[in-house]
Amino acid sequence: MGTYLVRRFALMLLTLFGISVLIFVMLRMVPGNIADILFDAAGMIDVSEKAKLEHELGLDKPIVVQYVEWIGGLARGDLGYSYVSEKPALDEIAPRIPITAKLAGLALAFSIVFGVPLGVLSAVKQNSTLDYILRVVSLSGLSMPAFWLGLLILMVFVSSFGSIPIYTDPPKGFWNTLWLYSVPAAAVGFRSSALVMRLTRSSMLEVLRQDYIRTARAKGAAEWMVNYRHALRNALLPVVTVIGIEAAFLMGGLIVTETVFNIPGVARFLVEAIRWRDYPIVQNLVMFIAAVAVTVNFLIDLLYAVLDPRIRYSS
Amino acid sequence: MTAKLTALAAAMLAAASVAGARAAEPKHGGILHIYHRETPPSLSIHEEATFSVNVPAMGIFNNLVIYDQHVPQNSLQTIRPELATSWAWSKDNLSLTFKLRHGVTWHDGKPFSAKDVKCTFDLLQDKASDKFRKNPRKDWYANVADVTINGEDEVTFHLRRPQPSLLAMLASGYTPIYPCHVSPAQMRTHPIGTGPFKFVEMKQNESIKLVRNENYWKKGLPYLDGIEYTIIRNRATAVLAFVAGKVDVTFPTEMTKALIADIKKQDPTAICEIKPINVNTNLIVNRDSPPFNDPQLRRAMALALDRKAFIDIILQGEGDIGGTLLPPPEGVWGMPPDILKTVSGYGDVNKDREEARAIMKKLGYGPDKPLKIKVSTRNLATYRDPAVVLIDQLKQIYIDGELEPVESSAWFAKVARKDYTVGLNLTGNGIDDPDQAFYENYACTSERNYTHYCNKDLEKLFDAQSAETDLAKRKKLVWEIDKKLQEDVARPILFHARTGTCWKPYVKNLTIMSNSAYNGYRFEDIWLDK
Repeated sequence: MGTYLVRRFALMLLTLFGISVLIFVMLRMVPGNIADILFDAAGMIDVSEKAKLEHELGLDKPIVVQYVEWIGGLARGDLGYSYVSEKPALDEIAPRIPITAKLAGLALAFSIVFGVPLGVLSAVKQNSTLDYILRVVSLSGLSMPAFWLGLLILMVFVSSFGSIPIYTDPPKGFWNTLWLYSVPAAAVGFRSSALVMRLTRSSMLEVLRQDYIRTARAKGAAEWMVNYRHALRNALLPVVTVIGIEAAFLMGGLIVTETVFNIPGVARFLVEAIRWRDYPIVQNLVMFIAAVAVTVNFLIDLLYAVLDPRIRYSS
Repeated sequence: MTAKLTALAAAMLAAASVAGARAAEPKHGGILHIYHRETPPSLSIHEEATFSVNVPAMGIFNNLVIYDQHVPQNSLQTIRPELATSWAWSKDNLSLTFKLRHGVTWHDGKPFSAKDVKCTFDLLQDKASDKFRKNPRKDWYANVADVTINGEDEVTFHLRRPQPSLLAMLASGYTPIYPCHVSPAQMRTHPIGTGPFKFVEMKQNESIKLVRNENYWKKGLPYLDGIEYTIIRNRATAVLAFVAGKVDVTFPTEMTKALIADIKKQDPTAICEIKPINVNTNLIVNRDSPPFNDPQLRRAMALALDRKAFIDIILQGEGDIGGTLLPPPEGVWGMPPDILKTVSGYGDVNKDREEARAIMKKLGYGPDKPLKIKVSTRNLATYRDPAVVLIDQLKQIYIDGELEPVESSAWFAKVARKDYTVGLNLTGNGIDDPDQAFYENYACTSERNYTHYCNKDLEKLFDAQSAETDLAKRKKLVWEIDKKLQEDVARPILFHARTGTCWKPYVKNLTIMSNSAYNGYRFEDIWLDK
């Protein structure tokens, strides 16, 4: 087990190194840099002023030097300065992480709380009216674009209650925070829960047809025990994988929801930073999201071992 | 009985009018909430060239002089003193002296003096040791030879030749006075001004907060305790936020006719105004690239334009046909209709297109042999949509265009290196003034002269109108120049857009300017009737 952990950790570091090279090179392949964008708003390019700005920001250095400087800084905990706000990149990135984490966490909770039990129910009541209703609901959850659903929710709020649940100021207190995040979380979670529900259903149906389930029933085990203790635990492996992927995705993939509900989170900030070619922000933010993704994957691998003894024994 | 009733009615009316007068008296307090369409690059007005900066930052500063904030049409006649108490031209019109206000302090408590005015213009003219990161309006002051100070409270601008428009430039929202003791870098992140509001914070993607300047030199102002700009990138969300009362004012000039109709349906009390913004959409042709080096071909292209169709399709009728300068009645300097209709290409569209087709046939093109071109433009809806209409109109004269959307940040670099043949561009004017429009867009050496149109004789006329102090004579010269620019196909103007702003009825004293989108945001006497 110890060797396995060390190997997986080494692989994590290698993946992060690969991502750092990839993002650094790709970002510089995108046309234009911050100087172009800043002059673009003025409708002109002053070549000497642009060159001066590029020199000031170190953009005229060879790409390898720029990369080494960035990685060196990252290792020392110095993320550089945002080209746009001219503030430390860490000060710009850090306050946004809890905002997205809260939203992603609530959305994930929404998807698990609704997706798993309803998926089990749908499988256990296969081909019943309830199953059909749940399948239609889950399919609509997967088909509805998040921005459309988000705007629809906002419109309903405005026309029915005359208020709008969007982020304009940091929420004060627990209930205010919960209220502000729960509406967008429900909009995102609806799609995630639909995915989790469909996957739980199909996984459960497969497991429910296994011999050991029939054996459990033949031994006279209660139906709930068969479903939840014998079947669900084994059906959860692919569901856990998807939940893990969703968790990693939600840290950086909430751009539409953050835009529609005006939440100043990581994803919206990242898109803005890309628009400005704010390299220090983009590079460090992508590295953070990548670190979250690989860490979540790592944790899922560990969870596999907890959920499935065969994995634990074989390792 | 009738007399008694009449007396009662009169008394009631009088009481109502007194109540009305009371309601109209400004109230202190409250935070004005405005949504902002984007995070501005910084709040240093001198370094930026978008009204995304002027809107939130104008309240932080003062100018020497300012356009009257409650007269929608900016002109030389509506310029009022601000940090200057008065101004006077020398007899030869080569120097302009301002007497400065006493007792004004910067937001950090330091006193304002004539030195600050000199420092500001030294920065703008690249004469200071400190430098701006960008200096987009350096050319505005090309005619200023020097700025000198006479003691603490007088400053003189020395000009190379007379230029009455200097006052117009000084009155723009783009010309605040900066403090000597604060570096340009700090002005970008934490601006210090003398204006009615102090900067509190700007959080990217979140908000910009300003708070009342308790020591503002205009006693009793501002009325508001502060202004908060909430950055809402999604316009649909922003409109809903306005309808729900989360914001009191929409981002200025950001509403289309359709959006205003939607707002009025959901909130009939909302006040909305649609006005010109002095931004024109224009056709740019690379006159050095064959076959477009042929003036006949360029003329045919200009004759193919149906400007009304652009306005109807793109702006649902909310636009104006004109030349380089914004047309009247809102525009001060634009060609009047009787002159405009004499300009080639502004007459009968069908007749003009007949002529254009004849030119094209003479050049060897026809329905079976169309001229294939790429129409380049920025990959933004405000550019792309008219470019599509343009392509359709050019088809009428055997020009087969293909849209080439260019990544926004690469657009001006591409145009500057002349890597295009035909393009569509938008030109915004900070002030409604011929000096700004002509020198910036048509002078032979200007960086914003995208088509590299160069007419030395016309440049002499630019100088002549610029130096002319007689308003009527100057207007005639301006119209003559504008007509020539259109007939030379220097940069055919397709249309001048009108856009809207909405606010809640309790927001008082808000005036939207009608010939510029850059100059009307001091907000010192706005108050909330809540």
